[in-house]
Amino acid sequence: MNDYILEMRGVTKEFPGVRALDNVNLKIRKGTVHALMGENGAGKSTLMKCLLGIYSMTEGEILLKDKKVNIRDTITALNLGISMIHQELNTVNERTVTQNIWLGREPLKSNKIMLDHKRMKEDTKELLERLHMDIDPDAKMGDLTVAKMQMVEIAKAISYNADVVIMDEPTSALTETEVKHLFGIIESLKKNNVTIIYISHKMEEIFKICEEVTVFRDGKYVGSDKVENFDIDKLITMMVGRELNEMFPKIDCEIGETLLKVENLSSEGAFNNVSFELKKGEILGFAGLVGAGRTEVAETIFGMRTKTSGDIYVNGEKTDIKNPNMALQKRFFLLPEDRKKNGIIPALSVMKNITIANMGKYVKGLILNYKLIKKDSKDYIKKINIKTPSIDTLIQSLSGGNQQKVLVARALLTKPDILIIDEPTRGIDVGAKSEIHSLITKLAEQGKAIIMISSEMPEILGMSDRILVMYEGKLTGIIDRKEATQEVVMRYATNRM
Amino acid sequence: MENVIKLKKMASKNSIYIVLIALVIVISIASPNFLTFENIINLVTTESIKGMLALGVAFCILAKGIDLSVGSIVALSAVVSASLIQEPSYVAKLFPGLDLPGAGGIIVAVMAGILVGTLFGAINGALIAYTKIPPFIATLGSMVVVRGLAMLYTNAYPVPMLKPGFKAIGQKSILNIPNLAWILVIFVVVAWFLLNYTRFGSNVYAIGGNIEAAKVAGIKVKKNLIWIYTWSAFCAAVSGVLLASRTGSGIATLGVQYELDAIAAATIGGVSHSGGIGRIGGVVAGILILGVVNNGLLLLGVSPYVQQIVKGLIIVSAVVFDMRKHAKAS
Repeated sequence: MNDYILEMRGVTKEFPGVRALDNVNLKIRKGTVHALMGENGAGKSTLMKCLLGIYSMTEGEILLKDKKVNIRDTITALNLGISMIHQELNTVNERTVTQNIWLGREPLKSNKIMLDHKRMKEDTKELLERLHMDIDPDAKMGDLTVAKMQMVEIAKAISYNADVVIMDEPTSALTETEVKHLFGIIESLKKNNVTIIYISHKMEEIFKICEEVTVFRDGKYVGSDKVENFDIDKLITMMVGRELNEMFPKIDCEIGETLLKVENLSSEGAFNNVSFELKKGEILGFAGLVGAGRTEVAETIFGMRTKTSGDIYVNGEKTDIKNPNMALQKRFFLLPEDRKKNGIIPALSVMKNITIANMGKYVKGLILNYKLIKKDSKDYIKKINIKTPSIDTLIQSLSGGNQQKVLVARALLTKPDILIIDEPTRGIDVGAKSEIHSLITKLAEQGKAIIMISSEMPEILGMSDRILVMYEGKLTGIIDRKEATQEVVMRYATNRM
Repeated sequence: MENVIKLKKMASKNSIYIVLIALVIVISIASPNFLTFENIINLVTTESIKGMLALGVAFCILAKGIDLSVGSIVALSAVVSASLIQEPSYVAKLFPGLDLPGAGGIIVAVMAGILVGTLFGAINGALIAYTKIPPFIATLGSMVVVRGLAMLYTNAYPVPMLKPGFKAIGQKSILNIPNLAWILVIFVVVAWFLLNYTRFGSNVYAIGGNIEAAKVAGIKVKKNLIWIYTWSAFCAAVSGVLLASRTGSGIATLGVQYELDAIAAATIGGVSHSGGIGRIGGVVAGILILGVVNNGLLLLGVSPYVQQIVKGLIIVSAVVFDMRKHAKAS
């Protein structure tokens, strides 16, 4: 008998082409608050989804109270006394708070058929009062603020009376008062011997409420210890801990005049007061953790998201970009983050995918000039070395790296001055990665201004002339290439200067 | 001021009933024959078959799906039931030697029709749950297959000369109100009960509203999907048997395009195709609005082609109105 309530041993989880977790261990003591830490994509959420039966493990075992358990689905996990507050809200917005809390396990009347609406409402009232939440049980979920919705999700997770409550970034949508409120709830849960697994990027939270910390990196277990044996430096080192072993072909090139100037740009609910300049020939990296608001800034500049205040200057001229079409006319181009969802058109050929953003140029009267389309496609396939059997091959049959190159070709055909690339090498294998990197560098050399959003630290450090770091919708710093190290960027990204 | 806002909110929430009442008022002014007991009973009875389909399809739409197969199921259930309860004296019987006597025979015929039709609902649900093909495609397929089966079963000949006891179900009245109308009322109550007072109903809303939330809450989504489509087919199968009983024969071409009227009624009644939104009260109002339009325009002597046009316009404007309402709310 030991005092561990939960052990996960040798957990491996493979998705097609990716090993998200590699032989990971986790030991949680009963009645403690245990923090899971790591960079984006370190595998924390994946591990918890395995524990909750949302993903099935490729390998590994779970011991609950020293007994091996087989968690096939969420119901099994819930019945075993494990509940979870998910990172993304899982609410049915057209239903009431009460209906959301008791979803799938509504209390029944003694006839075992009819729902006991009265008891359901009373239980909700009692639950919300016990947790000191001022929320109307009859309110429609969708009418609540995001913070209140998150509080309901917290109440719901607690209402299972679970022994283990997993909290995945529970505070990301909460204001300061509500965070305090949550910490109070965590304290009282601890008194009742409930164990909490706490995932958060916010260092101060970890040091305030957690007793033990386990660190993951790139899907691997790094280490685990009592929180008093950590300080911020040690934690950050363990989280980033890798050497810059990948070679980046960054060429120092001449940096010209300012092309884009952004002043106090805000988009309500996403980010506030972001200011920066972007010069010709410069690569400006956007670093930060998931949810910091980097993509949202890019979308606002590109006219996909409405700005609530602030100014954008292009070539020194104040410009109001209302939609992507205007952005294209101002010679912007955005390569979106989710290549499969927002980038490629899978059922079209490489040629059509390359030229689709540039059709205006090929129209002669009513007819498309296929000769020119073919020529342009062939030129770019050669120029940026896209490996494809022919221009008529469907893009979906290319590798991720070559798909990305097709998208770069699409961007280049529109002759942009400012290129925004969101996660340029996500899901691309190492060899193709460095090709994309040298391509980006060459573009900068040709005088294009580039914003590169990336969650991969080596990429940010290796490619950027300057690094703009964001934390929770705020710009926390712009770091020069010379001063940038993993630790410095991580400090800004976690708001621990 | 606050009262005005409250009133506006109430009006917006119950707009479908207001539309129904307004229609009734307008048509009863235009045609004094409209608001008579006989005519209203007649209207409800006429709409009862399609109304029952709407009550079933509404569940599928609530769960962010659709059921196109109900019209065909009406036909299959009708011909199966009819084939088992033809008069023994009739020479061209589908099964010449078959004679199921008495009340027992009628019960067997009714049950057989209902069972066969309902079975296809379970198949629809299983297809959608396990192969993950879109409900539109799955039920489009079974719409065609089931219609084909009905044709094959009867060789496309009608199955007439049904026993009086069987015909009585759909043709007789209780307390001066036709059985069909009573049965519709029973189905309305059952559907309302299922949606509001059972876990199943709550699951339907959750699956349509946010399937991820349903999954994390431990709801067995697949099992529920099978039940949802089974319920829809059950409603269709019962209406099929009733239709055979009322018309006195089973025909493989019964119920053609009924699925569209059923979907229209549910849609007009505020059941949103984006899932998770809708009430049985609304569906009933949707059924009645279509009924009032059909019946009223007929009374006014308006061409049936104009009726078609009016119906189409109502469907589209109902959805436009509904979407604006929800857009404002969020």
